[in-house]
Amino acid sequence: MGLNQDPVKSVEEQAAERGILTTTVEKMTHWAQKSSLWPATFGLACCAIEMINVTNSRFDLARFGMEVFRASPRQADLMIVAGRVSQKMAPVVRTVWEQMPEPKWVISMGACASSGGVFDNYAIVQGVDHVVPVDVYVPGCPPTPDALLFGILKLQEKITRGLPPKYRELAAAGGPA
Amino acid sequence: MAQGVKTDDLFETGLHSSLSRESMVLNLGPQHPATHGVLRVRLTLDGETVLHAEPVIGYLHTGFEKTAETHTYQQANTLTDRMDYLSPLTNNLAYVLAVEKLMGIEVPKRAQYIRVLFSELSRLGSHLVWLGTHVMDLGAMSVLFYCLRERELILDLIEQTAGVRMNPSYFRVGGLAYDLPEGFHENCQRFLDGFPKWMQSYKNLVQGNPLIEDRLKGVGRLSKEDALALSATGPILRASGVPMDLRKSDPYCFYDEFEFDVPVRTGGDSFDRFWVRMEEMEQSVRIMNQALAKIDPVGAYTTTDRKVSLPPREEIYGNMEALIHQFKLVSGGFNVPKGEVYQGVEGPKGEMGFYIVSDGGARPYRWRARTPSFYNLQTMPTMTRGGLVADVIVAIGTIDIVLGDVDK
Repeated sequence: MGLNQDPVKSVEEQAAERGILTTTVEKMTHWAQKSSLWPATFGLACCAIEMINVTNSRFDLARFGMEVFRASPRQADLMIVAGRVSQKMAPVVRTVWEQMPEPKWVISMGACASSGGVFDNYAIVQGVDHVVPVDVYVPGCPPTPDALLFGILKLQEKITRGLPPKYRELAAAGGPA
Repeated sequence: MAQGVKTDDLFETGLHSSLSRESMVLNLGPQHPATHGVLRVRLTLDGETVLHAEPVIGYLHTGFEKTAETHTYQQANTLTDRMDYLSPLTNNLAYVLAVEKLMGIEVPKRAQYIRVLFSELSRLGSHLVWLGTHVMDLGAMSVLFYCLRERELILDLIEQTAGVRMNPSYFRVGGLAYDLPEGFHENCQRFLDGFPKWMQSYKNLVQGNPLIEDRLKGVGRLSKEDALALSATGPILRASGVPMDLRKSDPYCFYDEFEFDVPVRTGGDSFDRFWVRMEEMEQSVRIMNQALAKIDPVGAYTTTDRKVSLPPREEIYGNMEALIHQFKLVSGGFNVPKGEVYQGVEGPKGEMGFYIVSDGGARPYRWRARTPSFYNLQTMPTMTRGGLVADVIVAIGTIDIVLGDVDK
């Protein structure tokens, strides 16, 4: 039996009528990736408390398949930099990021991680993007859990659309990862 | 090694087994789930036994003190929130009281009562996070979810009053940033009435639980002498048998008008510190109930001294002088008379104090924070000596550190 019997309907539509969904391997992978991001526990300062709150029953991060916070970066593919990054902490952030298996993403949570925030001084790195490539920035001091959820949804959207993680984008442009 | 302890001395103490003279150095943190942030501990081990635990701090050094010197007094208030971010309002309180003391400002009594109420709310919120995370370190996940559920209600009260959940900077020099919102009394009363029931549900989970008691009893013992010598304050000191509480010994904000007990225990181990905090939560609710009854629904919330406190909006639109005051305060801040001052308050973690030196200008000449966690962390090597690695986690949990408070 040939599928392409009706010239008006596409192959996909005819298959759907029989209860078969068709897609590309790439789309399937993106869908799986975005639905099971495993964040590394990387709380630094105030934002970390709001990051913990995101997992509690009121905000329920588990709805997005992300409640599995991993203590080891080797088991995580998302790093939420929650809080101010000091000059002393910056190499540690980089090491943790490098230990994460690819593909991996970074969310910069809060004003301090994104730009240094109110701490324009000798101690704080003026934006974690000096240290690791950032995919999504979430503003706020600290961002509310809702804001972080929105940032996470933006990241999921990015993955669904098949956009490469930031470090690959930078590498493709010839810049440092 | 810290405190002049040489490895050889440790061998002589007998803690080290006689069979082997080889010790192992293990790094805990700075990226570790049980260090409550970015604390790094360098452990010198003999097998499972801890010979020495040396905290390595500075991974969250933010430069608060230097930054504050470039801010006006009112602006610097926002920095204090971000030190101990679990109870931002007690930090605010210590700071504004210090500046007010230096300037000799009279704050309306109603504003002081509101400050008491919010300080205790902060203490409760901080202790709830401590309870949840500490018990989670011991291996029980569910308590954290209950604690965070109730903490959300506290954050809701703060949000409807100050506009944000965390870091509200609600206390300002001269009084408060805003008046209480409509319906606050009812909302707060509903929370206070519900709390004893929730408290009981936490107790049901932990009280008499053999797993938790075995992990805490006799672990991380700190003698009264050591606690005093290491400048410990707060629940750690009170669990070691010293009834020191600034709310009683050096009352501020009319704390002497309130009836409450200071929980004290004498064992000095993790179990005692655990229960001192649990009892403190109940006392906080007691204070809040009294404070709420004392707060009139309408009244002054800030000083009328327009050289310090912003005039209300309506006044600015109709009064030239008010407009000038607004402009002066926003653009340049207020000047603080020459002098120095120290003011401490009893935060959830211990004595939170500010030492401020003014050269007579609008920005502090020196701005020094005495943060409780920094001093309390010093007790960790003493507590963990001779214990097991798992006890280090318990000790960190019962010290209740916040790294923003330690590293400043």
